[in-house]
Amino acid sequence: MLEVTLYFLQQLINGITIGSTYALIAIGYTMVYGIIGMINFAHGEVYMIGTYIAFMAITGLAMLGIDFLPIVFAVALISSMLVSSTFGLAIERVAYRPLRGGNRLIPLISAIGMSFFLQNYVRISQGARDIAMPSVVTGGWNFGPEDGFQASVSYMQIIIFVVTVISMTALTLFINRSRLGRACRATAQDLKMAGLLGINTNNVIAATFVIGAALAAVAGTLLGMYYGVANAYIGFIAGLKAFTAAVLGGIGSLPGAMLGGLILGIAESMTAAYFSTEYKDVVSFGLLVLILLFKPTGILGKPEVEKI
Amino acid sequence: MLSVRGLSMRFGGLLAVNGVSLDVNEREIISIIGPNGAGKTTVFNCISGFYKPTSGDIKFQGKAIQGMPDFKISRLGMVRTFQHVRLFNSMTVIENLLVAQHRHVNTNLLSGLLKTPSFRKKESEAMERAAYWLKKVDLLPMANREAGNLAYGQQRRLEIARCMVTEPDMLMLDEPAAGLNPKETRDLDELIVSLKHDYNVSVLLIEHDMGLVMGISDRIYVVSQGTPLAQGTPDEIKSNPEVIKAYLGEE
Repeated sequence: MLEVTLYFLQQLINGITIGSTYALIAIGYTMVYGIIGMINFAHGEVYMIGTYIAFMAITGLAMLGIDFLPIVFAVALISSMLVSSTFGLAIERVAYRPLRGGNRLIPLISAIGMSFFLQNYVRISQGARDIAMPSVVTGGWNFGPEDGFQASVSYMQIIIFVVTVISMTALTLFINRSRLGRACRATAQDLKMAGLLGINTNNVIAATFVIGAALAAVAGTLLGMYYGVANAYIGFIAGLKAFTAAVLGGIGSLPGAMLGGLILGIAESMTAAYFSTEYKDVVSFGLLVLILLFKPTGILGKPEVEKI
Repeated sequence: MLSVRGLSMRFGGLLAVNGVSLDVNEREIISIIGPNGAGKTTVFNCISGFYKPTSGDIKFQGKAIQGMPDFKISRLGMVRTFQHVRLFNSMTVIENLLVAQHRHVNTNLLSGLLKTPSFRKKESEAMERAAYWLKKVDLLPMANREAGNLAYGQQRRLEIARCMVTEPDMLMLDEPAAGLNPKETRDLDELIVSLKHDYNVSVLLIEHDMGLVMGISDRIYVVSQGTPLAQGTPDEIKSNPEVIKAYLGEE
């Protein structure tokens, strides 16, 4: 009995770990959708770039002989956030802003193009082979009997969870309390009216891309350190998963993205544990199909009210 | 303050506005009237930068404003409402007024993060201005309600307050009395006159409520089928046979 409980607990821990990173990436989708009603299909690439930059920062520091964990972690996180934000800004300027106001399909296509471009840019400049890195954070806690099955939670998993909670809290405070956050909410509700009241909506839209990219970079850094390997294509599947999480929770809703990420992560790890690893993607996208069939607005999404 | 010359707007084969010229001077209440579909709102949309007019000149504060981004026009001191209420419904009443002062609290991100004294001062000024206008339009007790949950008449007043916190020189109101009861219309009447007298704001008004229009306007422009028909003081308009024929109907 204890063993069964511990096994379940272990899957829950793994699910929450992966789910929190999905949630971090999903924020980028949901914020951009909330404000301009479009899906940023190049968002997964921003996450991938975040991982690469974190790897570079950690390797660079290791070469300099710096291995004090808080410094390594902070440098990796900040540098990947900065670089990824720049990419987020560039995506908005190049693939979205010139095409805004036209047919909604056009920016979608240009974002897919941007996504291919970034993938191949990284593949060419960094090489097509997987990059790997030894774990920076090792160890963890084990629970359970010495001689039986032990559930474990690694320090890296705890870091992922804590950093996610901090990022989400900071984001929520920013959106609800700050001046720019207020402008973001106003622009999301009525872009034209916000402009007529003197808000520079172009800047607000750019800011949402930057914030989304920065959070994707946080996820990229954390997952990169967790898995220890990366390649130029990790953004595709991570992006799809996070997009699913955003839709699951209700696209446009921040708490929805957080919830959707967690549900998806837990569902995946449970499937892998009790059914088969091969089926975990089937389950996550199956969930997407189900939610679209039965509650198209997502778990926390509000049905769109017809404007009078 | 505002000068429009020979404004025309064509939508495909339809000439919605044809050669409209109008002027708004400081501290004036100007009304545009005309039958439904006369092109009044199109004129508004051209002036406020929503549409790019087919031809004509629009100058505000001496600057040509065609093609200028909406937020820049607003920062020159022009603000408008729409026929239907366009509040930020899921934000609170006070937030609606604070967000409209975005540009006034024009501080950089760093001072916002650090909450520097100058930032705090500007924030508290914005809050005071918001409270002042809430009081003025009798919505102070509603400050923390969601704007979307207010009664219709309250939403209309909140819209005007939200315009006023941007400290405009010219306010454009598109049918502000639509859907209001007679008492609310009288209050609106007083409010608009007070904006002119106490806050030196010019008001450009589209309205069908003739009592309101005749009572408060300094000058009136009549548009019919996109074409300017007459202009003058309320008394001149009331006795203009052309206007009576086109707008009020022949007896």
